[in-house]
Amino acid sequence: MENLGSLAILLAFCVAIYAVLASVVGRIKRKPFLIVSGERAVYAVWALVTLASGILVYSLMTGDFRFAYVAEHSNRTMPMLYKFAAWWGGQEGSLLFWSWLLSTYAAVVVFTNRRKHRDMMPYVIGVIATVQTFFLILNNFVANAFQMLATDKLIVAVPDGNGLSPLLQYPAMAIHPPMLYLGYVGFTIPFAFAIGSLITRQPGDAWIHTTRRWTLVTWLFQGCGVMLGAAWAYHVLGWGGYWGWDPVENASLLPWLSGTAFLHSVMMQEKKGMMKVWNMVLVSTTFFLCILGTFLTRSGVVQSVHAFARSEIGKYFVSFMAIGIAATIYLILDRLDYLKSESELESVISRESSFLFNNLILLASCFAVLWGTLFPVISEAVSGDKISLDADWYNRLMVPIGLFLLFLTGVGPLFAWRRTSIESLRRNFQWPGVASLALVAALVGAGMRNFYALISFGFCLFVALTIMIEFYKGARSIAAKNSMNLLRATVELTHRNTRRYGGYLVHMGIVLMFIGFTGHAFNKSEVKELNVGDTMHVGAYTLRMTNMKQGESEDHNYNWSRAYIDVIKHGEVIGTLEPEKRFYTASRQGTSEVGLRARLNEDLYLNFGGMSDDNQRAVIQAYVFPLVSWIWIGGLVLIGGTLVCLVPSKIKMQYARTEVIGITKKHATVQN
Amino acid sequence: MKRYGKFAALIAIVVGVLIWLASAGMSESKTYYKSVAEIGQMGDKAYGMRMRVGGDVENGSIRRVGNQVQFTLVQEDKKLKVAYTGSDPLPDTFKDGAQALADGKLDKDGTFKAARITAKCASKYEAKPGQLAPGQTPANINTGKRSSI
Repeated sequence: MENLGSLAILLAFCVAIYAVLASVVGRIKRKPFLIVSGERAVYAVWALVTLASGILVYSLMTGDFRFAYVAEHSNRTMPMLYKFAAWWGGQEGSLLFWSWLLSTYAAVVVFTNRRKHRDMMPYVIGVIATVQTFFLILNNFVANAFQMLATDKLIVAVPDGNGLSPLLQYPAMAIHPPMLYLGYVGFTIPFAFAIGSLITRQPGDAWIHTTRRWTLVTWLFQGCGVMLGAAWAYHVLGWGGYWGWDPVENASLLPWLSGTAFLHSVMMQEKKGMMKVWNMVLVSTTFFLCILGTFLTRSGVVQSVHAFARSEIGKYFVSFMAIGIAATIYLILDRLDYLKSESELESVISRESSFLFNNLILLASCFAVLWGTLFPVISEAVSGDKISLDADWYNRLMVPIGLFLLFLTGVGPLFAWRRTSIESLRRNFQWPGVASLALVAALVGAGMRNFYALISFGFCLFVALTIMIEFYKGARSIAAKNSMNLLRATVELTHRNTRRYGGYLVHMGIVLMFIGFTGHAFNKSEVKELNVGDTMHVGAYTLRMTNMKQGESEDHNYNWSRAYIDVIKHGEVIGTLEPEKRFYTASRQGTSEVGLRARLNEDLYLNFGGMSDDNQRAVIQAYVFPLVSWIWIGGLVLIGGTLVCLVPSKIKMQYARTEVIGITKKHATVQN
Repeated sequence: MKRYGKFAALIAIVVGVLIWLASAGMSESKTYYKSVAEIGQMGDKAYGMRMRVGGDVENGSIRRVGNQVQFTLVQEDKKLKVAYTGSDPLPDTFKDGAQALADGKLDKDGTFKAARITAKCASKYEAKPGQLAPGQTPANINTGKRSSI
């Protein structure tokens, strides 16, 4: 069976190369049978990689400890869920998972487009299969998941494995990597279509229409992955934060940022035929950032808590990216004539302009994060000193960037295309503007002096109001026409133009998240060693430790010690929190289970830091994090909004956009 | 042309502000990666410079004194005393023998005052193929026969 796994990925590698050659040669020589066989090769790759993955998962589940990978990442006592999650818990497995996802996506793409885009598809398959080949090279020759344990020439098994890293033994963590990978891998598809359309000199926006849903779904997965990572860090790592600008966190944020820019700027192409080159650049950037993200996670080129170890894998990634980027740049430059803009920018206060600045800012933030992440590498190359930048640097830069983006979120969608009149500015922004100024004044009056927090709260209210007014105005007119109540009219309104109102919901989610981020300015923390009966204070709370216990988990996976702490507010006991420290037997590592009292206004967050030196008292770290819940709520609203965007609109508004004769005859399906 | 002038000016302002923010922050928050040996060689220059030092935590050296955690970092026979004074809890991966990164400044008395500690157990994740991870008993010898598929 072990040989079958190795054989399957080796065959998959050969078939993937065949898929590239057959598709491209078949297209150039116009041989339909070659093209068809290239498509079938894609299915074959999927079957082979699925077989290999199946064998690996089966070995993990049954504990076949002759496999080095199984011995490293699984053990007998782990729950089944984590045995399955061990598939992506280590380097070799996660790269196989990448391959499997890509082969699955490729099969879906080939199937859904089997009668569409006939001239472009062979190249699309060519690109996807090339990426697939690269990952299969890694699977086969660099990080093979089917390495066996052997002494001399004998294959041997170990009695029990090390088990999955305990930090990963947490439900959100079991699905966080697949979410991110669904995102990372997914951006390959829009990229492949973009390249396919470039190579075949497609005049229209076919690749954008075809991949819009792909991009949106992928972007959603990526967003979910980032959010889950943040939630996991907050609930498990026990350092009391949700974002630490860790290189691997950054790596997952980068494609999300450039993907966000892409989702906005394609609207310019769909509606105005502008920014065509830019969209090509953005989709390629996003794809290569995804590869870079996988690379950063897997190579340990930058020091990070996630980066597992320095490994050989780096140079493969660097070569792949160098070749890919060079080829993409060449293609775009060579095809510039086909990417001419169909209209021009007219006014600074226009929808076009707001998109332009949205893109500028998103890409600037993307570049800033990339710069900070790679700075140790850059500085070592330039000056010989390895210098890193800490979270303060990111915050100093990203807070203003974020606030500017938040502001654009509010004003952008309400600017008219081409130019906006003073009258419409006044109509749209008068009341939200006045209300948010009033809020800021009230907050200053109440004693708040934090500059960024004031601006942030002001912008949040401003944007939230503009969005709600949009919904209200639309719903009111529908309600009046069709005599419905306002709530039903709102649903009807959203259904009629899901992209627009779904987009507003996404923006609303962002606003809620910013409310949560702003709470960071008001965090409080306290550390104290407590004996049973001792008390400590943090914020408005008094904490009293009532008990301390130790024990072992039922499945003997870990030992725990737990503190029982009464939370007292205004002299009343309002609850008990039980922060816990776990110590995993197989891997001899500890994790924290924080005690959390989450409320909309603030979270009380207790961490069992460990025992004091004399082993008598528990070190309790207590934090008050205002407004953190809004980050998670905002995340859910964002997901909901994206899902609404994916629902087809009830009414398709069609209008011809400025046509450039000979370039496009298509009518864009758009909403104003 | 005037129209594009306006755009260019606005873009220049935005980019300029960002570059200014980034470079101003850089001098304050840049941290040098140094090895334990390098710190020893730096002499007086080492004091007051923000550094990040990596090494293995010496077995049995972790001690909690009040709100401070003291331990010793070892890197190729060179040792460095570290005192962690930060308020964040230490990472769960921080324990005897772990690889740790200490972030802070060297004090005049030769101890490294760390404001932040990151730790990982690299050995844990990447045992060399065919080699048993430390602490594991060798394979059960009687499985000498190659198992069937």
